[in-house]
Amino acid sequence: MPSSIELTPQIMREIIMDHYSSPRHKMTPKDAADYSTTHSASVNCIDDINVYLKSKDGVVTDALWDGTACAISTASTDIICDLLLGKKDEEALYIIEQYHHMIHEEPYDSSVLEEALAFMNTSKQAARIHCATIGWDAFESIIKEGHCHERG
Amino acid sequence: MIDPLLIRKDFPMYRDHVEMQGKPLIWLDNASTTFKPDCVIEAIERYYKKETSNSHRGDYDLCYQMDQEVMKTRKAVANLIHCKPEEVVFTSGTTEGVNLISFGWAMEHLKKGDEILLNEAEHASNVLPWYKAAKVTGAVVKFVPLTEEGRVSVENLKAAISNKTKIVACAHVTNVLGYIAPIKELAKVAHEHGAIFVMDGAQSVPHMKIDVKDLDVDFLVFSGHKMCGPTGIGVLYGKYSRLEETQPYMSGGGMNDKFNMCGEATFLEPPARFEAGTQHLAGIIGLRAAIEYLQSIGLEEINKYEEELKAYAVKKLEETGNAIIYNAKSEAGIVTFNIKDVFAQDGATYLNSRGIACRSGQHCAKILNDFLKTPATIRASFYFYTTKDDIDALADAVKNGGNYLDAFFN
Ligand SMILES: Cc1ncc(COP(=O)(O)O)c(C=O)c1O
Repeated sequence: MPSSIELTPQIMREIIMDHYSSPRHKMTPKDAADYSTTHSASVNCIDDINVYLKSKDGVVTDALWDGTACAISTASTDIICDLLLGKKDEEALYIIEQYHHMIHEEPYDSSVLEEALAFMNTSKQAARIHCATIGWDAFESIIKEGHCHERG
Repeated sequence: MIDPLLIRKDFPMYRDHVEMQGKPLIWLDNASTTFKPDCVIEAIERYYKKETSNSHRGDYDLCYQMDQEVMKTRKAVANLIHCKPEEVVFTSGTTEGVNLISFGWAMEHLKKGDEILLNEAEHASNVLPWYKAAKVTGAVVKFVPLTEEGRVSVENLKAAISNKTKIVACAHVTNVLGYIAPIKELAKVAHEHGAIFVMDGAQSVPHMKIDVKDLDVDFLVFSGHKMCGPTGIGVLYGKYSRLEETQPYMSGGGMNDKFNMCGEATFLEPPARFEAGTQHLAGIIGLRAAIEYLQSIGLEEINKYEEELKAYAVKKLEETGNAIIYNAKSEAGIVTFNIKDVFAQDGATYLNSRGIACRSGQHCAKILNDFLKTPATIRASFYFYTTKDDIDALADAVKNGGNYLDAFFN
């Protein structure tokens, strides 16, 4: 995991471009019935995505998403999928909370955010905060709704 | 001859060197809304500082003067679009205008099986109110296909229209592609089939001379804020006979003749019938100032200058080799494009980082995006205060658009 010291703008750009050009988790689940899902769209932007979360024994076993999205929302949503894998609900919610703190320029625990640190400058483009959080908010709402009670 | 630098002296947004992202603001979102000149701002201020009063039945001087002001604005609008003052109804904007026609005319006159004809380039405000009327009456909304180029055509309307058609609604200038529709011919076809013609002038009234009598449309709607006027004020024009057969969709003070406690009421004649409640009086006064301002510059001049800007922008963007332009041939001062390999929203954010205000998105014309075959575009739209330097700045940004993440890291 990179620490914020070695996280240069160049590396942050590369992280975003990498997840944008080849997202790992952008797919519609074949066995959709095994997933909790929610749809997210907004009048403020074009992004229009679905996220899918699967868990077993209180631990996330898969996180996916699909839809239309810009580079910022694509990369940020793809990265949260990475971060959620293998996490318990409380851990997941803690990470999401730290991310929100970072995005809104409040003190945050950088030790849990890994590649999501690439979005630390989002507030420079305030109109894009929504894009950097659309996937995060969607997963948060699934987890908070107590969702991922194990299906199947 | 338009001299944008001289014109900018009238606009605080320019005169005060407003910045965005620490850079001089380059405003290229005029199809969305426009800047306000001093005369409009002063007119509004005058109302709030020196002339505050309500209108209707003035027993005292200020109120009498207010009624005069409202009447003067009705006359100014009538002069602008060539109608009678009593054919001018004040609304909150284009959107309310279409809703008023939908609730007040369509819902009264349509029945099951009747048809409302729109086209694929309409703004949501000229689509969704018709869905509502269709749902309530059992009529159906149909979309006339655009030509391959994206134009509304008389031939396609002729092919789609039938005696079941009761309403044809169409934007004079479409807000995404900026083509001018052949309104006069379209309205003639509508009338030959017994349908009324509704024209959305949101993108045309601010930019060119309009003569509703010549175009022979039944209704015209437009917004003040897109023509240097205040937000929250707009106009519905209706042929007087059409207004007479339209029901008010809001009722209350200022529009009733008399009412009793048995639930009976009679309404005033148009246009007062449609102006229930206290109107946006500051907006009405500001709208007149805007109309007079535009006329002092000259709508023909404005139109000519915007055509020149459009041609210049297309040329400059093409020269970058990095733009995909979707409407190079359209007449209005609107360029819809994408930066190669950049999602529209990322492109627009990058422009923002350079102080350039353009709009990404589906521009409310969601249907059209299925036709353009791209999920989103960037739109740059001009007005008479736009300079070629603005366009050069846009082209320069587009040239470097591949580095769009600079917006976050520079
Ligand atoms: C063609 C067209 N119609 C309707 C509207 C809606 O105008 P308003 O939001 O002022 O009601 C717009 C504005 O974007 C438009 O461009």
